[in-house]
Amino acid sequence: MYPKIKNRTFVFNDQDALKSIIAKPHEFIPYGNGRSYGDSALNNNIIYVKPYNYFIDFDENDGLLQVQSGVLLGEILEAFVPRGWFLKTTPGTKFITIGGAIAADIHGKNHHHEGCFSECIKEFKIMLPDGKIVSCSKETIPELFCATCGGHGLTGIILSAGIYLKKIRSKYIEQTTIKTKNLEETFNTFEEYYNAPYSVAWIDCLAKGSQMGKGLLMVGNFKKDNQLDYKEKNKFSIPFHFPSQALNNWSVRAFNWLYYNKIKEKISKQTVDLDTFFYPLDAISHWNRIYGRNGFLQYQLILPKNNSQEGLSKILKIISDSGKGSFLAVLKLCGKSNENYLSFPMEGYSFALDFKIEKGLFSLLDRLDKVVIEHHGRIYLSKDVRTSRQAFEQGYPQIEAFRKFRKRHKLGLKFQSLQSKRLGI
Amino acid sequence: MSYILIIGAKSDIAKAVAREYAKHGYDLYLAARNAHELHKFARDISVRSQRIVKILELDIRDFKSHHFFYEQLEEKPLGTISAVGYLGTQYKAQTNFHELQRIVETNFTGIANLLNIVASDLEQRRHGFIVGITSVAGDRGRKKNYIYGSAKAALGAYLSGLRNSLHGAGVHVMTVKPGFVATKMTAGMDLPERLTAQPEDVAKVLFKAQQKKKNEIYVKSVWRWIMMIVKVIPEWKFKKMDI
Repeated sequence: MYPKIKNRTFVFNDQDALKSIIAKPHEFIPYGNGRSYGDSALNNNIIYVKPYNYFIDFDENDGLLQVQSGVLLGEILEAFVPRGWFLKTTPGTKFITIGGAIAADIHGKNHHHEGCFSECIKEFKIMLPDGKIVSCSKETIPELFCATCGGHGLTGIILSAGIYLKKIRSKYIEQTTIKTKNLEETFNTFEEYYNAPYSVAWIDCLAKGSQMGKGLLMVGNFKKDNQLDYKEKNKFSIPFHFPSQALNNWSVRAFNWLYYNKIKEKISKQTVDLDTFFYPLDAISHWNRIYGRNGFLQYQLILPKNNSQEGLSKILKIISDSGKGSFLAVLKLCGKSNENYLSFPMEGYSFALDFKIEKGLFSLLDRLDKVVIEHHGRIYLSKDVRTSRQAFEQGYPQIEAFRKFRKRHKLGLKFQSLQSKRLGI
Repeated sequence: MSYILIIGAKSDIAKAVAREYAKHGYDLYLAARNAHELHKFARDISVRSQRIVKILELDIRDFKSHHFFYEQLEEKPLGTISAVGYLGTQYKAQTNFHELQRIVETNFTGIANLLNIVASDLEQRRHGFIVGITSVAGDRGRKKNYIYGSAKAALGAYLSGLRNSLHGAGVHVMTVKPGFVATKMTAGMDLPERLTAQPEDVAKVLFKAQQKKKNEIYVKSVWRWIMMIVKVIPEWKFKKMDI
């Protein structure tokens, strides 16, 4: 992972303990399960929230689940999938906390229909710098709600939340895979399958010329076969760091070729379980080790729909010309943006990819930033570790409102991450 | 379904163990001092697993109360798991009898007294199991924590004898040595990542091993090797070492 820093970790069992921690004359950032790719949850002093993980209540009638903020999404699935409930919104890993899901206002494969995580929140409780605990919903305190959802822990320590789950009747997903030849076809296919509840595409980011933007679009929906026996699977683990040369232009090319060509038909159907569909990488512990000891970073951008074709063509060209980039390149058509100050999604195409940390990477990413800004897009803070203040500010027009909010409530004196200091959030 | 009795239920390891057993369909008796503090946790388990969780007050050093404690359980537990432990302060226990007594009574005498009662019931019923969580600190005394270590060593010997004694009755006894675990007890210590287990790891390993009727387990297998080496170092050498 990148960067690696030393820090002091503070743990709390109850609200009083947390109150006395934040009364100390330091600045803190809450830290959940450490799955943010960048530096949004890092600082010299972190408040480790994951052990604060009690389930509080569940209402079978409306699916309202109340949990403390350290509960992992995976724990919710383990308890509730067998009873026919699933998260309304989930990202590509279940190893994140509820607090983290709120702070990043995460999105998933159904963003085009269901929006971000904040949509499923009834209310949350948050501790402010003075130790006061506030119960907040979008209706009661809209400003605090909009600042906290997507606020990356910079508005206080989220203690608990009430979230709505959705009913499911199977742990299986009926998946359709559509093979596309280039970026234009990929876009058209997204539109064609817009009604599918879940959709995402894998892109061969090293393909050039007329094949640029080719990939596999996967759309899916839950089956209704009443098979809900959901159990933890055995995990495969990467036992050691690969040499950093293992992942190179040629190995990625070979992987991409195999991945793309193992699907023979233009359109094919599969039945997969929900872990395979939503959390493919969770099945491999320490998967980051394939990037070698220097680690990797992830870059995720989104462009407004009108500019997506042009902008993404430029971005793909820069990446394929550089020969960098990895086998994980994920494209997703998102729905409308919400009112939260720093939420990432907007109506358009989001594109995420991993890069091994190596020479020349940062200048490549600066060039990508430029294209993103020129096309009125933005990059995702949960993944960022290096963007410039200027690029960030242009992508997030509501940053001034967020800064004012932080200032007015003296939040900046207590809650800071390496990222918030780097970008002046 | 059958009840599992967990004593010392407020520890982080005990909580993880409780969740693990509830997840596999067992109901729970959670016993600890100031047990009322466990109400929110009991609720956590019943929301997660829809199992019955009963909270019981138990002071492991109040030996006289142990009979009544066990008598009051309407349905006797299938299994009893001891997660009781008190690290104490080594240097204090070297001069202060009360600290010495507290360490020994909490880590050994109290547990042995309660398990005597449990064991005699299981022996009569010819069914069930006991799990005792001891410590690698009991494998060899070191200057840093030999009072805690010796109480844990005593518990280890007790469990091994109990295993031997109950074998004929079909009652299984398992000894667990967790090694380093990231818990409240070790918060602030700088523990090496590769040797340190999370409480959830302990719970998973413990549950599986108990179901398979293992006798003595280390949670991370690397500890078996480490302690094997620590145990074979000759005493003339060991006494000079700073470990």
